[in-house]
Amino acid sequence: MEANTRSTGRLPAAFLTPGSSSFMDFLSEQSPELLPGRRTLPVVQGAIEVPHGTTIVAASFPGGVVLAGDRRATMGNMIAQRDIEKVFPADEYSAVGIAGTAGLAVEMVKLFQLELEHFEKVEGAQLSLEGKANRLSTMIRGNLGMAMQGLAVVPLFAGWDVDREKGRIFSYDVTGGRSEEHVGYAATGSGSLFARGSMKKLYREDLTEQQAVTLVVQALYDAADDDSATGGPDMARRIFPIVTVITEDGFRRLTDAEGADVARAVLERRMEHPDGPRAELL
Amino acid sequence: MSTPFYVSPQQAMADRAEYARKGIARGRSLVVMQYADGIVFVGENPSRALHKFSEIYDRIGFAAAGKYNEYENLRIGGVRYADLRGYTYDRDDVTARGLANVYAQTLGTIFSSAGEKPYEVELVVAEVGSSPEGDQIYRLPHDGSIVDEHGSVAVGGNAEQISGFLDQRHRDGMSLAEALKLAVQALSRDTNGTEREIPAERLEVAVLDRTRPQSRKFKRIVGRQLARLLAAQEPATAPTDAAGDESEGPEAPQE
Repeated sequence: MEANTRSTGRLPAAFLTPGSSSFMDFLSEQSPELLPGRRTLPVVQGAIEVPHGTTIVAASFPGGVVLAGDRRATMGNMIAQRDIEKVFPADEYSAVGIAGTAGLAVEMVKLFQLELEHFEKVEGAQLSLEGKANRLSTMIRGNLGMAMQGLAVVPLFAGWDVDREKGRIFSYDVTGGRSEEHVGYAATGSGSLFARGSMKKLYREDLTEQQAVTLVVQALYDAADDDSATGGPDMARRIFPIVTVITEDGFRRLTDAEGADVARAVLERRMEHPDGPRAELL
Repeated sequence: MSTPFYVSPQQAMADRAEYARKGIARGRSLVVMQYADGIVFVGENPSRALHKFSEIYDRIGFAAAGKYNEYENLRIGGVRYADLRGYTYDRDDVTARGLANVYAQTLGTIFSSAGEKPYEVELVVAEVGSSPEGDQIYRLPHDGSIVDEHGSVAVGGNAEQISGFLDQRHRDGMSLAEALKLAVQALSRDTNGTEREIPAERLEVAVLDRTRPQSRKFKRIVGRQLARLLAAQEPATAPTDAAGDESEGPEAPQE
């Protein structure tokens, strides 16, 4: 079937058959082998050594939401890559950050982006933010077989809800279980424990965009401080966290220079106070 | 049961072509035109939801005249083709030329298979390049032929007359407002040459804008932006009658 579309042949009947607006549904009928999660894996002993992505953090503020990730990928105790990108735009109004098996996660993001774009093109309207979050849930559930063998993908999804006019954050577990984070911040990945603790102390509901950006960079710093799999800002190589902001104007990724400025400011303060800003005792 | 009459292949094809052409001619015409920053699609469409123009992929747009359910079917087939191809290979591997070929094959097969009714549609597939030289516009009539167009193209009921009008007046490097106004002017002319007014709310306008920072270049122009462009006071009819009619394109396509 698929070979037909490569050359100049007629569109196969399946292409012209009325069906759902989902690219994933189409793919599963047309070329199921291209779907991530549709593979049978051989039984293996112990964990498979592949690069893993680590900490992703998100925080909302009045007017939007920020999503950020560190740049380190690890393979066991080794650093596999120092400048990996784990935060991607999902569409105009949402972004997804991935922790877990890097190869599968990147593939999943690619399909997720296409799923949203395909729906938008076919229907002429965007999915609701809930709809997008649910779609991602389905994809993670499809990966459960591989997650059981140690190849888990655990994303963090954040976006601007056009209908409710606010930024929202959704976190997931390996089974595809989805939960909205109503406290205003969330973290996933190996350093998430430390990042969450950091944000818990620093988060306020009335942050400005700039403060929210600083908050997530502080959280990533704290995650890198205590988790060996999370990378901190790398001054020597000029590798800084990726920070994205989603507001009613849409998705925006901070430029390298902007990201570096925030990271540098945080770093400078840490030179004096290695543990970062203090919260009140009472 | 009586013996069927013999119909020569020529006659059969001519009948089918006639049938398809009549169906297309019932639809309103639309115009696809190059301007300085990309390609603009203009058509008269009273519906806000049932579009004549839409996005296929990053740089590729689609326009159709004729029977809605048939071109909608082809449009979705094209979106599926483009998305599957981009997912299998890379986004850069999806091209208007490839898509136009697939449409041509599809339309051609349907047109010449005796069992199927020919599609009453005429399509335009356009891809915006990084410079005007890279723009591609393909017109696909009902029978599955492909015409590589330059500058401007019209399809639908009055297509020939509108094309003629545009060929005389279109020039390279027009601004969006200029191109839009020229297109509306062309569409407002009736078969008998009289002009009528097409109000802004009956216009469907979209662009493939190469200056958009996003990788997806397709954008609908609606509401205030459309009104502003239509109202823009520019050298209203700059290229008056005979002056500068020959477009600089390598070959002027003639119908």
